[in-house]
Amino acid sequence: MHARRYATNAVMTTLTAACAFFAVAVLVLILGYIAYRGIGAISFQFLIETPKPVGEGGGIGNAILGTLILLAMACVVGMPFGIATGIYLAEYGAGRFAALVRFLTDTLTGIPSILIGVFVYTIIVLPMKQFSAMAGGLALALIMIPIVARTTEEMIRLVPASLREGALALGAPQWRVTTGVVLPAAASGIVTGAMLAVARVSGETAPLLFTAFGSRFFNVYLDQPMASLTVQIYNYAISPYDEWHALAWAATLILMTLILVINIAVRFFTRRKI
Amino acid sequence: MQNPQPTMPTPASAYGARARVWNWRRALSPTGNTGDAVFRAVLFGCALMVLLLVAAMIAAMAANSRLSLREFGFGFLTSSEWNPVTGRFGALPFIYGTIVSSLLALLVSVPVSLGVAVFLVEQAPRRLSRPITFLVELLAAIPSVVYGLWGIFVLAPVLRQYVEPPLQKWFGWLPFFQGPITGIGLLTGGIILAIMITPIISAVVRDVLAAVPVTQREAALALGATRWETTRVVLANGAPGIAGAIILGLGRAIGETMAVTMVIGNRAQISASLFEPSYTIASVIANEFTEASEAIYLSALVELGLILFLVTFIINAAARLLVWSVTRATSGAART
Repeated sequence: MHARRYATNAVMTTLTAACAFFAVAVLVLILGYIAYRGIGAISFQFLIETPKPVGEGGGIGNAILGTLILLAMACVVGMPFGIATGIYLAEYGAGRFAALVRFLTDTLTGIPSILIGVFVYTIIVLPMKQFSAMAGGLALALIMIPIVARTTEEMIRLVPASLREGALALGAPQWRVTTGVVLPAAASGIVTGAMLAVARVSGETAPLLFTAFGSRFFNVYLDQPMASLTVQIYNYAISPYDEWHALAWAATLILMTLILVINIAVRFFTRRKI
Repeated sequence: MQNPQPTMPTPASAYGARARVWNWRRALSPTGNTGDAVFRAVLFGCALMVLLLVAAMIAAMAANSRLSLREFGFGFLTSSEWNPVTGRFGALPFIYGTIVSSLLALLVSVPVSLGVAVFLVEQAPRRLSRPITFLVELLAAIPSVVYGLWGIFVLAPVLRQYVEPPLQKWFGWLPFFQGPITGIGLLTGGIILAIMITPIISAVVRDVLAAVPVTQREAALALGATRWETTRVVLANGAPGIAGAIILGLGRAIGETMAVTMVIGNRAQISASLFEPSYTIASVIANEFTEASEAIYLSALVELGLILFLVTFIINAAARLLVWSVTRATSGAART
């Protein structure tokens, strides 16, 4: 009787530990393989050139530039709305309307990102009759807004009420309290949340397929199709050429480095804060 | 009839206008401060945007799938013909592929995710649980397209060589494991999805378990329960939240696009075999959207998007409510 209970206990605790180490092992396998396949194909040429036909090498310079431009657009459009929504939810978030908005932001983060692409296609690409960087940037911004809103709300809620009360007691109006006292206190948290949102959308492919579309050239015009790292990886990956597969791994290594650096930096940053 | 002297406002209407402005400020800010009122109105407008975004998404997709909705009606859901040449479109193969690949993902992922969460919350010492939590979260940070790349060049060959042949040898009498072995198909798609949703499910289950009051554990331990028996008490306590986490994972799996598109084979067919290629709703949108030259073709694809939107919206809403029912109730009680 006892022996069996203890045996079950031993088996189950071992199994759960095995699950955890299995998950970590998968991560290590994936990252390790990316590094192994990617490092060989990276060169200075690869980082600055545009894609070329099979057999001629080529690079991802235009895709790197495109991803940076798309991310910048997403931040310019998405961050203000996201942060403002977060402030609203944190500071005026008691009512029924705020509860609805909070619920919708949570639900929006679970909506497949490709549908954001479909939506932006119908409202921008169809009327303009052209794929454009603008559409891609907007799609990424729309993905960013709910993420930023929720992290901003959580960070502002961490600011102690005594800070607000102190400022209010000194006669400051509510908006001065929020912008002058609460926001600076929550700033580092909001920035880390924003960084994580950037990391998340930098890996998005599906919403860019039929908005920014992709391009073989260096492009800085927002009404033209624009290349991005993720779409370039996808196109290389599904091609039948081994040489392009190698380029896909190299581009993936660049993308993963960007994402990992942001994640680890955020981790390091928040641990020192708390 | 014309009013000959419309220019001079009467005193009464002037006061009325001032009263309206005053009311507007009062309504927005209890302090009656203009800055507060403007500030709040701007924030409110931004929050309203989220609401309008959801409404606009539904409206835009409904409007652009009008053609297909009118042409095929409910038959769209039950027809398995998908033929851009003849202009006949039915969603059944995609619905089938989406459901089977997602359920397969849950089958693999749920036990592992529960194991990970239980290990991190109930068993691991703090100095072990923190780094492992971070590493498991990193799995969620890997982009879908990268999973797809890894799936094509690592997972699919491994399955083709080492996993699918033995499955067919031992369980080949089952309809699920028949047919040619290619490494590309439902099984590979399901496993890739399982890896992708594991960090999401385990993160939510972790929060749910952490929200179960410590007194539950102490009570079980005081009655002489082993560590695993205590864990079962905790799991039972968090059951609604765990159900929410699983549904959340299901929602992710249903909407996951790139990785699945790259390994599932993209063939619109309904086959019992997990080795056969299949197609999901998200994949067909990703693959064919830019090729859809005819209006009815595009319309059918947008209708698929609308279906996917409504399904994932409902799933996510249900999952949130379930998770909140656990984490909100207990954390609220603990705080006050």
